[in-house]
This record gives sequence, C-alpha cells and structure tokens, in this order.
Amino acid sequence: MADPILSVRDLTVEFPTRHGILTALSGVSFDIMPGEVLGVVGESGAGKSMTGSAVIGLIDRPGRIAKGEIHLQGERIDNLPEERMRGVRGKRIGMIFQDPLTSLNPLYRISEQIVETIRTHLPLSKEAARAKAVGLLDRVGIPDAARRIDDYPHQFSGGMRQRVVIALALCAEPDLVIADEPTTALDVSVQAQIIDVMKELCAETGAAIMLITHDMGVIAETADRVAVMYAGRIAEIGPVRAVIKDAKHPYSAGLMGAIPRMSADLERLVQIPGAMPRLSAIPPGCPFNPRCPHVFDRCLTHRPAASEIEPGRRVACWLYPGVQEA
Amino acid sequence: MLAFIIRRLAQSVLVMLVVALIAFAVFRYVGDPIASMVGVDTRLADQEIMRERLGLNDPVVVQFLRFIGNALQGEFGISYRLQQPVTELILSRLPATIELAFASAMIALIFGVGLGVFTALKPRSPASALVMALSLIGVSLPTFLIGIGLIYIFSVELGWLPSFGRGQVVDLGWWRTGLLTESGLKSLILPAITLSLFQLTLIMRLVRSEMLEVLRTEYIRFARARGLSQRAINFGHALKNTLVPVITITGLQLGSVIAFAIVTETVFQWPGVGSLFINSVQVVDVPVMAAYLMFIALVFVVINLIVDILYYVVDPRLRVGG
Amino acid sequence: MTDITPRAAPGRTRARLLRRALASDIFYSWRRSPVTVIASVVALALILMAVLAPWIAPYDPFNPASLNLMEGFTPPASESAFTGNYFLMGTDNQGRDVLSTIMYGSRISLFVGFSATVLSILIGVSLGLAAGYNGGAVDSTIMRVADVQLSFPAILIALLIFGVARGVIPPNRQESMAVWVLILAIGLANWAQFARTVRGATMVERQKDYVSAAKIMGVHPALILLRHILPNVTGPVLVIGTIGLALAIIEEATLSYLGVGVPPTQPSLGTLIRIGQQFLFSGEWWILFFPGVTLVLLALSVNLLGDWLRDALNPKLR
Repeated sequence: MADPILSVRDLTVEFPTRHGILTALSGVSFDIMPGEVLGVVGESGAGKSMTGSAVIGLIDRPGRIAKGEIHLQGERIDNLPEERMRGVRGKRIGMIFQDPLTSLNPLYRISEQIVETIRTHLPLSKEAARAKAVGLLDRVGIPDAARRIDDYPHQFSGGMRQRVVIALALCAEPDLVIADEPTTALDVSVQAQIIDVMKELCAETGAAIMLITHDMGVIAETADRVAVMYAGRIAEIGPVRAVIKDAKHPYSAGLMGAIPRMSADLERLVQIPGAMPRLSAIPPGCPFNPRCPHVFDRCLTHRPAASEIEPGRRVACWLYPGVQEA
Repeated sequence: MLAFIIRRLAQSVLVMLVVALIAFAVFRYVGDPIASMVGVDTRLADQEIMRERLGLNDPVVVQFLRFIGNALQGEFGISYRLQQPVTELILSRLPATIELAFASAMIALIFGVGLGVFTALKPRSPASALVMALSLIGVSLPTFLIGIGLIYIFSVELGWLPSFGRGQVVDLGWWRTGLLTESGLKSLILPAITLSLFQLTLIMRLVRSEMLEVLRTEYIRFARARGLSQRAINFGHALKNTLVPVITITGLQLGSVIAFAIVTETVFQWPGVGSLFINSVQVVDVPVMAAYLMFIALVFVVINLIVDILYYVVDPRLRVGG
Repeated sequence: MTDITPRAAPGRTRARLLRRALASDIFYSWRRSPVTVIASVVALALILMAVLAPWIAPYDPFNPASLNLMEGFTPPASESAFTGNYFLMGTDNQGRDVLSTIMYGSRISLFVGFSATVLSILIGVSLGLAAGYNGGAVDSTIMRVADVQLSFPAILIALLIFGVARGVIPPNRQESMAVWVLILAIGLANWAQFARTVRGATMVERQKDYVSAAKIMGVHPALILLRHILPNVTGPVLVIGTIGLALAIIEEATLSYLGVGVPPTQPSLGTLIRIGQQFLFSGEWWILFFPGVTLVLLALSVNLLGDWLRDALNPKLR
C-alpha cells in the first residue's frame, strides 16, 4: 500500500478564553491517500473547518494545536516555522473557501491575483505565469478566458468566481486540496458543475481532496471515504458506500437518514432530536449521549475513541466490541 | 464616469448656493453695513443716499443675486477694519495658510498611515499600546495647548525654533513663500506639527481599525492559504483595501486642516487667512467673515469632488454601473 | 383593578431585574478597568471642585477689594514677599491666586460645556427622531443639513455663530450675554452627531412590529416616539454626550483662548491660558501651566469615561 499524502494523528486544538480552555478538536486522526477524495461531514461547529484550518496552519488566534501531529508526505508540518509553512500553503496544499464572493480581493484584477500566486511558488516570468493562468481559467471552464482574465472579481457571477477560486487554489499544482464547503454559498444549479470541475482538475494532476461539507449528498457522489465529525471528534470514518449503506455510529446513521433518496423504498427521513452541544458544555462520556437513541450507562461516564472495528472502518461508539476509551 | 461627475458637480453647486445664502444673510443683516462703513456721524440723509446707491433698498432676491454675481467675480466688498478689498486681503494671506495646511497634511498622512499600519499589524506589542494611549491623549489635548507646549519646549527652553511668524519669505510675484529660506522652513516646523497632530491621530485610528477589519476578511485568509508572503498580504492586499475609506476621510480632513488653521495661526501669529478671520470675528468685520465662509466652503466642495473622483479610480466596483 | 395587578407585577420585577443586571454588568466592567476608575475619580474631583468653588477656594479672585497688586507673580507653593499670604499655585500678574482662578474657571468651563451639550442633545435628538420617524422629505432635509454641517469643523461653525451673535446683540449687553452666546454657538455646532445617531436608531426601531401595532391602535406618534423609541436611543446618546462634553469643554477653551469666548472679567480655563501665555517667555510658567493641566485632565478624564461607556454599552465589542 502506498504512503498516505496526509496523515493526521491525535490532533487537538484548544482556545484559551476568559472562561477557561475550549477544546475545539480532540484526538482527531485520519489519513488521505494520493488521489483520494476524503469527505468530512458534520453539523456546523463540529470541527470540520477547524480541521482544515489546522492542516494548512491557519488557526485563528488565540487557538493553538495543543497535541498531535500532522504529516504531509512524511514531513511533519504542524510545527514548521511560518516562513516554511508559507511554502507549503498554495504550493503543496491548496485551499478553497466557502464564499467565492468574499474570497477574492475586490480591488485586484483576476490576472493580478493568479499571476502573483503562481510567481510566489513557481520560477516563471510574468508572461509565462499569465499564459499559465489563462490556460488554467480555460480548464476551470471560464469562457473567453484570455479576455476575461483582466476583469475584476465583481464582474463575474458567483459560480464563475468559484471557478476562479479553484484555479487559484490549483495554480501551483498542489498534491492536496482542502475544499471547505466549496458549493454551500452557490446556486443549487451550479453546485454540481463546480464539484465536477474540481474533481476533474484534481484527477488530472493527481491531487487528493479533503472535501468539507455538511451535505451528505455531495459526499455520496464525490468522496471515496467519509469522516463523520461530531463535537470536535471523529465519530466514524470509512468507505463512503459502506458508511451510507451500513452506518455504525448512531449519529452517522441519523445523518445518512437525512440523504434524500430517489429509490422507491420510502425509508422515513430520520431526524436526530436535540442539538450539538456547545464546546463549553460537552457532556462527560460520549459527547453524543444526550441525543443518542441507544444510550446506556457506559456512554454517560466513559468517552469512546474512534477505534477500528473492521478493516478500514473506525467508530467511536460503545455499541461495538473492541472500541477503546479516549 | 461623466454622468457621475456632472451629478457631483450639481450637488456641489447646490451646497455652494446654500452657503452663499448664509454668507449673504450674514453680510446683509448682521450689523448695519452703512454704519460700519461711514461711522455714526454721517447725516441720515447721506446714509440714505448711500443705501440707495449700494442697492440696499432693492428687493432681497435682487440683492442676493447681486451678491452671487459679485462673488463669482471674486468681489466681496471692502473690509470695515482694514479698509481694503476683501479678496485682495484673502489672496495675500492665502499662501501662508496653504503652505501650513499642506505641510501638516503631509505629516498627518505619512505618520498617520504608518503608525496605523504598525499598530494594526502588531496589536499586541507594547509599542502599539503606547501609541494608542498617546493618541487618546492627543485627541483630548486642545490644539492651542499643544502649540503652547511646543513653543515652551522648543522656543523658550531649547531655543531651537522660532515661536511666531513665518520667518523670511520670498516673493514670487503671485505667491509669497516661506519654503525657500532657512528661517521660513524653521518657522514652519512647530505650527505644522501642531496643526497635524489632531488629524494624525484621527487618520491613525482610522487606518488601524480599517486594517484590522480587512485583515479579518476571507480574501486575506485566502491570500494566506495561497502562501503569499506576509509582505505581499499586508502591504499589497490589506493596505490597498484599507486605503479606500482612508482616502475619503483624509481628503475631507484636508478641508478641516485649513479651518483648524485658525487656532494654530493664532497661537503662532502665523499671518494666514485663519488669523485674518479671527481678527474679523472679534470686531465683526462682516465682509471678511462672509468671504471667508465662501472661501472655506469652496475649499470643501472642491476637495469633496476630488475625493469622489479618486474613490472612483481606486475602487473598480464603482466604475461599472455606479 | 384586580385583573391589572398580576399583569403589572411581573413587568415591574422584570424591569427591576433588568436594571439590576445592567447596572452590575456595567459596574463590573468599570471596576475591571483601572484607567476608567482613575478617570472617574479625577473627573468627579474636578467637577466637585468647580461646583464648590465659592465655598472652598482659598481666595476670591474676582473681588477687587481683596486683590493686592503687590502679591503679583508670587511663585507656586510660597508666601508673598510683601503680605505673607500663602499661594499653592502662585499668583498671576494682578495678584490673583491661580488655584482660586482655576476653581472658578473650571466652573465656567464646565457650566458652558454641560449647557452646550444639553442644548446639542435637545436639538439633535428632536431632529433625529423627527427625521427617522417621518422619513421622506423631512428626513432628507434634516440629514443633508447635518451632513453639510458635519463636514465643517465645529469650531468654525461656533466661531461663525459667535460672530453673528456679536453683530446682532447691542454692544452694551454683549458682556452679560457672552456666556449664553458661547453656549448657543457650541450647542448649535455639535447637534448633528446626535441627530445622525438617533435617526439611525429610530429607523431601525420604527420597522419593529410593536411600533406598527401601536400605530394601528391609533397611539399618537409623539407618544410612540417618547415611550418606545426614545428609551432605545438613550445608550448611544449617553456615549456621544459624554464624548461631546469633552469636545464642548475643549471648544469653549479654544474660543476663549482665541479671545472670542467669555469676557476677561469672568475667565474660563481657556481665558486663563490666554492670559498665562503672555508670561511664558518671562519665566512665570505657573500662570499658564496649572490652568493648562486642569483643562487637559478635565478633557482627558471625560473622554476616557466616554470611551469606556461606549465599550461597556456595546456588547459586541466585549
């Protein structure tokens, strides 16, 4: 088996506040293989975006990585000095943000922003960088790219802007792309196109994708594997097909119930009662215990760690034998 | 672009008309122009003849139109106090005020933007805290006290710089400048600093808060996630976006600098338009007051117009459809 | 009666609880900031000193009978070489005790500052309410005037109003009315900021359902404004009012320094500084220094209080 491109081990992120330390991420571990698409799913506040920010080293102050390691192609990157981390961002890990309307600097032409990024990472002349930029815009599906490259962001529609953002994230040919809710802010009609463009381009360059979304539907169509997050922890991780068909964690089972299906068997949409706890009020034991339909004694006192229960599948739930305590 | 400028021009003309109306009201109804001109000894019949000759018995609208007509030709009557044409007086004092205002605007802009960027980029450094504390004190210090303090330190105690006047000036024919002689430049230092401090703190606080705001935006995060250098992010992306609102405020402040010069010119006995105005207010020299009002309004309107156009040039979003 | 009481009672407790919570929250943030505590103490001391001046001032500096020119230019913390009287802050050229003139001077400065600010608030809040509630032509007229006025420095506008007043008032009454002219000039120069803030808050409030409900029920607009909208703008008005007070004090001092403020027979802090400046070069620094320091302390402490109030009343900034 090949080495993973990204390997995250026991990642813990903390925010010191006036009222004590908040743990935003706790013991998060996962791998991403070259060319693989890992979906990361969960409610807002579950720690999906925080995981992405941690990998690329952009956690907002005063947050900090308190524990754990992040390795990119075998090299540890969570403790790199800022100057060297800068060489990782954009060059080896590209990132796509949620809102294309606010991701681009409104005062600079598209050409200026792409050329600047390319030349930061690749030894190209201005002209060569510009030619590369036009090619890239063309590939992400911007019609008449050679002319439109000199437009300002506000002259593009939302979907077109997100294509520009994808071009920007991929312009230095990174090995991993973190896409943080890349279609959430977009019109439903263009969401699928954007995902396709992103997938196609990454497939061409062989880049792996970490796709963060709250939309199980997108994951089902796009991802190879999926990590379900809850309250800053991984609840379950495994191959997409398997998790959808046979979710092990009661929370993921609830989430999978929320995927609308075209098939005839009208399985009832499962609603998960209650809401995810705030970071300052995570209950002892399993964080999901107040909402869990299968809760029992052990869940209230002992916290489960995401543990392998079948090859390639890890679950943090006491319902399964072999699950270890966190 | 053209439509935009025309609309702005129309608004400016409207503002000028309103100010002209106020100036006219001051000119016409504050005190008795005839009594101020000839003194109280003149016979009533003679006063009445003068009144008629000056058109003071015409309908108000006619008088107002005449006032505007005269103003357009730069004609504001004769100063009661100095018995000279007002326009001539103002023009002879103008270079002093403009040189002072320009020098202090430069100081305010350079240090204001510099310190603002510094405090925004290093919000936790003790130097930033010090600068911020000083700026609050700066806002609370009346301009004239700052001037007096500077005079005490640099003129009385140290004896380095002159405490009043413009020093030696060079007559260029249409402009008497103090910028070409050593004593002129030395005389400019203290008043320019005094006048700049208030605007400096204002610009600094504005740049700081705008920059902090911009640094939190998604596009700065995205720029960071693309691995752009800190330098490119701070000074390329963040600063340019910060400067859009800063241009407006700074531009508008430039007008205030000229008006604020009244105080500074008094402290340093600077022979500019401001001290002319203050002396006129003290003795109710109405023609000078009215003319100064029109002059300041013109300065403001012109600056406003330039700022709007600059805004247009910097921010591409305004160019389309705006 | 009986059916009203139970409804009224919870409302009253709720109001009381709310008030208590607000007060304690504000008190907490006050206590937490040492700068604010110091500023409050300084401001309070200066205000007390000014209010109590006639009773606590060591000398009566404006009673010609008690003045002795021989005592002129006595340095601070020393006794007059001629009379043996002790002067903590020295005396000026006419032998007036600087400490006493400061006490009386702060009295005038504060009186003008407070009155002018109250005037600005009255004008600004009324116009702001009118603009925000009525909208349309009323709104655009008031706000355009406010915009134009805000783009000129307040000091210029005050000077202009002052000049006009001086031309209108007969010369023999000018001295007695100077203080009122000053209040009018500063008050009229500063209303626009209040109007702008109140207008914004009113427009937000006007959209709310309870205002529509009151309108439908035929409640008089004046009552709606007074009962529902005014309470919602008190916070911001208080903040701008405090900072406005500092501004008004500085403006008064500036006008008096320029020689267009209060008459020399009734000197405010600005007048004292104007007088003191004459003696800066001859070495009698104290005549200028102490009034200057008092003015700075007064303006700075009030400004700091305003700054703190803004942060304390704006939960978003916390």
